[in-house]
Parts: sequence; structure tokens; C-alpha cells
Amino acid sequence: MPVEYSGISKEHTAVRTAAGLFDVSHMGEFEVRGRQALQIIQLISANDAAKLVDGQAQYSAMAYSEGTVIDDLLVYRHNSEHFMLVVNAANIQKDFDWITSHNRFDATIENVSDRVALLAVQGPKAIDILQPLITRRLDEIASYHFTRHALVGVDAIVSRTGYTGEDGFEIYVSAERAESIWNAILEAGRPFGLIPAGLGARNTLRLEAKMLLYGNDMDETTTLLEAGLGWIVKFDKGDFIGREALLKQKQEGMKRRLAGFEMLGRDIARDHYPVFVDGREAGHVTSGSPSITLKKNIGLAYLPVDHASVGSRLQVSVRGRMCDAQVVPTPFYKRKER
Amino acid sequence: MTPEDLLYTKEHEWLRIAGETGTIGITDHAQDELGEVVYVELPKVGDTFDAGQTFGSVESVKAVSELFIPVSAEVVEVNSELADSPEKINEDPYGQGWMIRVRLRDKNQAGELMSAKEYDEYTKEE
Repeated sequence: MPVEYSGISKEHTAVRTAAGLFDVSHMGEFEVRGRQALQIIQLISANDAAKLVDGQAQYSAMAYSEGTVIDDLLVYRHNSEHFMLVVNAANIQKDFDWITSHNRFDATIENVSDRVALLAVQGPKAIDILQPLITRRLDEIASYHFTRHALVGVDAIVSRTGYTGEDGFEIYVSAERAESIWNAILEAGRPFGLIPAGLGARNTLRLEAKMLLYGNDMDETTTLLEAGLGWIVKFDKGDFIGREALLKQKQEGMKRRLAGFEMLGRDIARDHYPVFVDGREAGHVTSGSPSITLKKNIGLAYLPVDHASVGSRLQVSVRGRMCDAQVVPTPFYKRKER
Repeated sequence: MTPEDLLYTKEHEWLRIAGETGTIGITDHAQDELGEVVYVELPKVGDTFDAGQTFGSVESVKAVSELFIPVSAEVVEVNSELADSPEKINEDPYGQGWMIRVRLRDKNQAGELMSAKEYDEYTKEE
């Protein structure tokens, strides 16, 4: 996947106003099958996969026993004995080793990443573009639900999910059919203004929607609660790895948490720039970029909790110059309901 | 494509010499690599630099890139249009996208810079 095809701003704007097509085949997919497929998932995943029904997907994360993040993932339930996990490309081997090392259940875990391609059609026009290519009614698929159905004659998982903050679909197909599907969608989407979009736009889109990027906004040194992912930590579902540490942190309180900020001047905060609070270095920018939709310069950083509420001031060191910024509500961008 | 009347640096700045003054910007290759420019940070009139020093930075959506002055010089004019229209650097890098005008402090330093032909070879190898 290239950084850009026709320009990040153009691709970004196409996704916000029409549609963009992403090839995100680098993502990893694991098939989990067996009588106790749910049990292994419940052990390694913080969210409650028991709440899923057939054809439903769920955002979740895997934590170490310290509550820090191994990876974030999507859990898809085909049926009670067949799930699919979708993980970040850079973590495929780490995640697979982690899950298999904890698999004391009647379940098999298969890494099918090399055989599965993933295309994402994102944007308000995505549904109109895809509908003629599939006989299943797409408006009947709710957000975070999916169907397994033929798409232009190719067996596909069509999922109403994404990483842009827009409506849209993610399409899993076998790797050898990906190119023909890509071309079919590009063709069908052209009259609607769909264009191919790259990693650059993917990053600016997801940041505006405050969807976290593993390795930047959370990693093995930050807990799920500090990362603002408490909403996917289900303490009442039973035991899972990390539960004890996260419960302790919840009760004792956090020292820092991930906050969204906006630069007050024209300077742009970039990944890894140092962040200062009250003149003291407090951390660094985990993700920072111009926001193409909002025409502001935005970013995320871990801040001491007493300096992380909306309106709090911070400084970002931009190549040695202290530049003012302010904590703002997140997501930075939220799409209007249509 | 690459204007033959200009001189070029390995960091992708160009210099146009007219008597004792020079005009400086970034090359078409540089703007293409950067992508859409959203912000330029430029020096003030009167600032002086030694050849190779950083005189500002140019920011695109995806990255920031420092600007290096091709020769020792004093800034005599800054392209103030770029503050509101940084996209001129993408649209017309050798024309309206110019960044600063300078008074050259040592004209001989220009001998170190590349010709258009040398620069084209250089970017091909890079």
C-alpha cells in the first residue's frame, strides 16, 4: 500500500465526502475454530466476546497481565465454534504466539494472513457503490456486523467496519481474487467520486476520528485504561489476562491518560515531538498531523491526568521551539448522522 | 523540466543569481516528494546564514523538511504570499513558490552547487 496515490488531502477529502478504496491486505487474520473457541478468545481479549451474535464484529484488545497492550483487534463471530481475529500487520507473529501459548482449550488457531486480502471502501457513498455488486441488502447490515456472501461472484466477508470515522465496509477475500475485486470496486465507484487512498490518508482520517494506532498511541508500555480504551475492558465478563492489573488501576486511579490536543498557532505537532506541562517534559506526541477536515493541527499525547481535561494547556516542542496547545474534546471529527 | 539557469543543492534547494542577489526555493522534485505543502516557516529580513545552515522548514501533510541555504547570505526579502498560499510551492516551485531573496556574502560558494544537468543525474541516482 503506497503512502499516497493522488495526494493525501485529495484522498482524505474523497473519503469524507464520497468514498475511498484502501488495500489493507497487510492486516493479519486468524481463524479460531472449535468447541471452546469462545473460551480462548475470552481469555486473551478484554472485551466480552460472549455478547456477540453470529455475523457480528467487536473491537477489542489483548493485554499482558500488567494491563499493557499487546495489540488491538477485531473479533468476528461466524458461529459459536468459528471466530476470526483481525490484528495489526506488525504484530502478527507476536499475537499468534501469544494466543497459541495460552490455548489450553478445545480450539484451533490458524494464521491465514497470507491467504486473505482486505480491501476497505470508506465514505458516505460506500454503500451505494457496493450495493450493485452484491445481492445481499447492505442497508440491513448494521455497524459492526458482517455478512459472508458473493461479491461480484467472489466469496467475501463484507463487514460494516472501518478505520476512518466514516460509514463504509471492509471486504475480506482470498488473496488471489483481490485484484479483480479491487478493479471492480474502482470501476463501480468512479461515477460516485471514489478514488484509491493510501496509508497517508488512512492515518489522517483515523487520527481525526481518534482511532488509535498501535505502536504510536498505545503499546507494551501503556495500559488499556491510560489509552482511553476502558470502554472495551469488561471487568464483569469473568477472568481475562490483564484483568487484575487493570482493575487495580481503575480503583487506584491513573497518573496519565491519552488526550487529544489542538495547536494554538500554526505549527504542526509531529509524532515523537516532546510535550511539556508547567515547563516540565511530560511525554511526547504519539500521533500528530494537520487535520485536513478541520484545518487545524491536532495530535494525541499522554498527559498527567490533572492536565488532561478539555481546556488544559500544554506546550509542544517543535524543533526546539515551545508552541502552545490546548486539550480539546475527542474525537476531533465525528460524522453527521445521515 | 529542471530550469537550466539555476543552481542546485543536494538538499533540493535552488538558487537563482542576479548580480549580488540570489533567490532561493525548493525544486520540483522536492515538492513532489513532500506532497501538498501546508505551512512554511521562513526567516526574517536581516537574518544572516552560513552556507548549509537551516533557514526554515517546509511542512506537508505527511512530513516536515528543513530548508538549507545554498550559500552564505543575508535575507533581504521573504515571500510573504506563502503564509496564506503555501500551495504555490507545489504549483510553481521555480516561480511564485520562491521563498527568500538574499544578498550573497561570498559569490564564489556558488561554484560548489550543481547545474541542472548534474542535479537531474543526482536525483536519478538518489
